[in-house]
Amino acid sequence: MNALMEHNASEAGAAGFLHRFEGLRERLPGQGLPWLASLRARAAEAFRAQGFPTRKVEAWRYTDLAPLTQAGFGEPLTPVDGALVLPRSAAPKRLVFVDGRFREDLSDEGSPARSLARHLPEAEGLLGSIARIDDLPLVALNTALFEDGALIDLGEGVDGGVVEILSVTSAGRPVAAHPRHLVRLAAGARLVLIERAWSAEQDPAEGEGRYLHSPVWEFVVGEDAHVTHARLQQEGRAGLHLATTFARVKASGTYDSFLLHAGARLSRSEAHVTLAGPRAAAHLNGAQLLGDGQHGDCTTFLDHAAPDCPSRQTVKTVLAGKSRGVFQGKIHVHQVAQRTDGYQMNQALLLSDQAEIDSKPQLEIYADDVKCSHGATVGELDESQLFYLRARGIPEGVARSMLIEAFLLEAVEGVADEAARAALAEVVAGSWERLA
Amino acid sequence: MLKIEGLRAEVEGKEILKGIDLEVPAGEIHAIMGPNGSGKSTLSYVLAGREGYEITGGAVSFHGQDLLAMEPEERAAAGLFLAFQYPVELPGVGNANFLRTALNAIRRSKGEPELDAMQFLKVARARMKALSMPEDMLKRGVNVGFSGGEKKRNEVLQMALLNPGMAILDETDSGLDIDALKIVADGVNAMRGPAFSSLVITHYQRLLDYIVPDKVHVLMGGRIVQTGGPELAHQLEASGYGSVQAA
Ligand SMILES: Nc1ncnc2c1ncn2[C@@H]1O[C@H](COP(=O)(O)OP(=O)(O)OP(=O)(O)O)[C@@H](O)[C@H]1O
Ligand SMILES: [Mg+2]
Repeated sequence: MNALMEHNASEAGAAGFLHRFEGLRERLPGQGLPWLASLRARAAEAFRAQGFPTRKVEAWRYTDLAPLTQAGFGEPLTPVDGALVLPRSAAPKRLVFVDGRFREDLSDEGSPARSLARHLPEAEGLLGSIARIDDLPLVALNTALFEDGALIDLGEGVDGGVVEILSVTSAGRPVAAHPRHLVRLAAGARLVLIERAWSAEQDPAEGEGRYLHSPVWEFVVGEDAHVTHARLQQEGRAGLHLATTFARVKASGTYDSFLLHAGARLSRSEAHVTLAGPRAAAHLNGAQLLGDGQHGDCTTFLDHAAPDCPSRQTVKTVLAGKSRGVFQGKIHVHQVAQRTDGYQMNQALLLSDQAEIDSKPQLEIYADDVKCSHGATVGELDESQLFYLRARGIPEGVARSMLIEAFLLEAVEGVADEAARAALAEVVAGSWERLA
Repeated sequence: MLKIEGLRAEVEGKEILKGIDLEVPAGEIHAIMGPNGSGKSTLSYVLAGREGYEITGGAVSFHGQDLLAMEPEERAAAGLFLAFQYPVELPGVGNANFLRTALNAIRRSKGEPELDAMQFLKVARARMKALSMPEDMLKRGVNVGFSGGEKKRNEVLQMALLNPGMAILDETDSGLDIDALKIVADGVNAMRGPAFSSLVITHYQRLLDYIVPDKVHVLMGGRIVQTGGPELAHQLEASGYGSVQAA
C-alpha cells in the first residue's frame, strides 16, 4: 500500500487519479453493494472520458485547474491518532472527518448526522439521485473515489437542530479527499447545517501544505422542509477546494445557503439547485475574501422548474493583493415557472490594482410572467467614507476593516438562522483584517 | 492654538485657497462667513487632512505642532474635530459601533482606558438626551436614512463625545429647525472654556446670536478679506458681500 501511495502521489493529472481508483476499487467502502460498485465504475468511466475540465469549457473559462493537474496528489492517509487542534464548533453536535475519513473519537454521539460509509445500504436510491456525473468530471471523480461523508436522513416533521460537519485536512502530505455527503429531509423536516472545511496547517511554508479537498453534497428537500446550509471554507493557504453541491427542493421547501470562501489557494464552489415544486425557495448567498495569491470562484446554476418560486442571491467578493475572484450565476426559468421571483446581485470590492474579478450573470427565461432582476458592481473603498472615519480618530487600518466588514456583512445578514449567521460573522470578522 | 499662515491649496490643478492667514487663540470662537464656493469647506478639509488637496504654500500649526504633516487620525487624536457640512453615510456600520470605536481611539491616544459597551452606552445615552436625539439612532447605520437635521445632530453628538480642543463646524446650522439650532448652540456653548476653541462656518447671523463669536472673518475668493467683531455678521446680513468687495 505504501508503494502504491508513493507511486500515485508522484503521478500528476487525471491519470494519477484513475490509477488510484484502480488500486483502491477492491477496498473502497460498500464492496458488498452491487449498485454502488457499478455506480463507481460508471463514474470512473465518466471521469476517464472527460478528464479534468480545462478553460476551453465555458463553465471553467475563468478558473484554471493547473495547480491540480500539474501536481501529484496521494490518497488520504489515516492521520496520526491523538491530538488535533480543531476549531471551536458552532453547533451543539459535530461530525468530524479527517482527510475524508470519519473520526468517531472526535465526533458527537447521537447527532442526526452519521457516517455514510457505515450506513451505505441506506444510501441506495439517494446517492447519485441528483448529482450528475456525465458532464461534471469532479463529481464523477468524487463518486468513484469517496470513502466517507455525512449521512443525514430526517423523517417527516423532524427538526434536526443545528449540526456542524467539519472536514479537516492534516496537510502533512499532498492528500486528496473526496468526501460525499447526503442530506434528505422528508416533508416538514428542518435542519441547520454548518459545514466547515479546515486545515491543521493554515499557513504552511512556501511550497508546502498542498492538498485537495473535493466534497460533493446532495440535498433532497421535501415539501415544506427547510434546510440552512452554511459553508465555511477555511482551508489552509496552499489547499485546493473544489466543492459541488446539488439541491432539489419540493413544493414550499427552502434551501437557504451561504458560502464563505476565506482560505485555500484555489477554491471553486459550484451549486446546482432545482426548485422543483411550487413556492420552493432558494437563497444562494455568499462572500469571498481573497488575499494575495488566492483564487476564489463561486459558480451557481439555479433552475426554476416550477411556478411561484422565489430565489435570492447576493454574493460579495473582497479582493486584496494579487488575487482573482470569479462569480458565475446562471438562472434558468423554465416555461412552466410562471410568477418566478428572482433576484441576483453580485458586488466586488477591489483593494488593490493587481486584483481581478470576473463576473458572469446569465439569465435564461422561457416563461412570460416573471420578475427577475440582477445587478453587479465593482468598486474600491470609498475615499469619503474612509476620511470620515479617520477624521474621527480611527486609524486607517481599522477604518478600512470597518468598511470591508460592512460591505460583507450585508450578505451575511441575509442568513435567517442565528447560529449559522453568528458562525459566518465570526469567520468573516477573523478574515477581513488579513485583507485590510 | 491654531495658526494658519499664507495657506495655499489646489484641487485638481485649480487654486482654491490663495493665502489664508488666520489665528484662533485658545478659548476663542471665531466665525467664518463667505459666499458659496469661496473655499470655506476646502479650508476645513485641508485642516482635517483630507486627501486630494495639494498644499502649495503656507503653514498651519496646532498646539505648536505642524498640522499639515499629520495623518487625519493623528489630527483627531491631537484634538481637532471637523463637523462635516455633508456628513457621510456608512451603510453596514452601526452608529454605536462607530461612535465607540472613535471614542476609544481618541481615549487610547490620550492614554485613557477604553470604554466597554456598557460604559459607552451610558455616556452616549446621556449625551443624546442632551441633544434630544432618539436612542434608536445608535442602532442604525451611521447617518443612513438620517434626515438632514439628524445628520447634523449626529455630528454634534460626536463632538460632544470626543471632546476636542478645536472644533470646526462647517455649516452645522444648515438644515436645523429652530429648536435644534438652539440645542446645538447650547452644546457648543457648554464646551466653551479656556481649553476649547472653535471655527464656526456659517451663512447665517442667527447661529451667531446663540454662539457669540470673538471674531468674524469673511472668506472670499480663497482669502480672508475682512475681520471684525460680532457686529460684522450683522452688517453682512444687512448688506451682503457686495459691500465687502467694495471695501
Ligand atoms: N474636488 C474638486 N474638484 C474641483 N473643484 C472643486 C473640488 N472641490 C471643491 N472645488 C471647488 O472649490 C471651490 C470652493 O469650494 P468649497 O466647497 O470650499 O466652497 P464653500 O465656501 O464651502 O461653499 P458653500 O458655502 O457652498 O459650502 C468651489 O468653486 C468648488 O467648486
Ligand atoms: Mg461649504
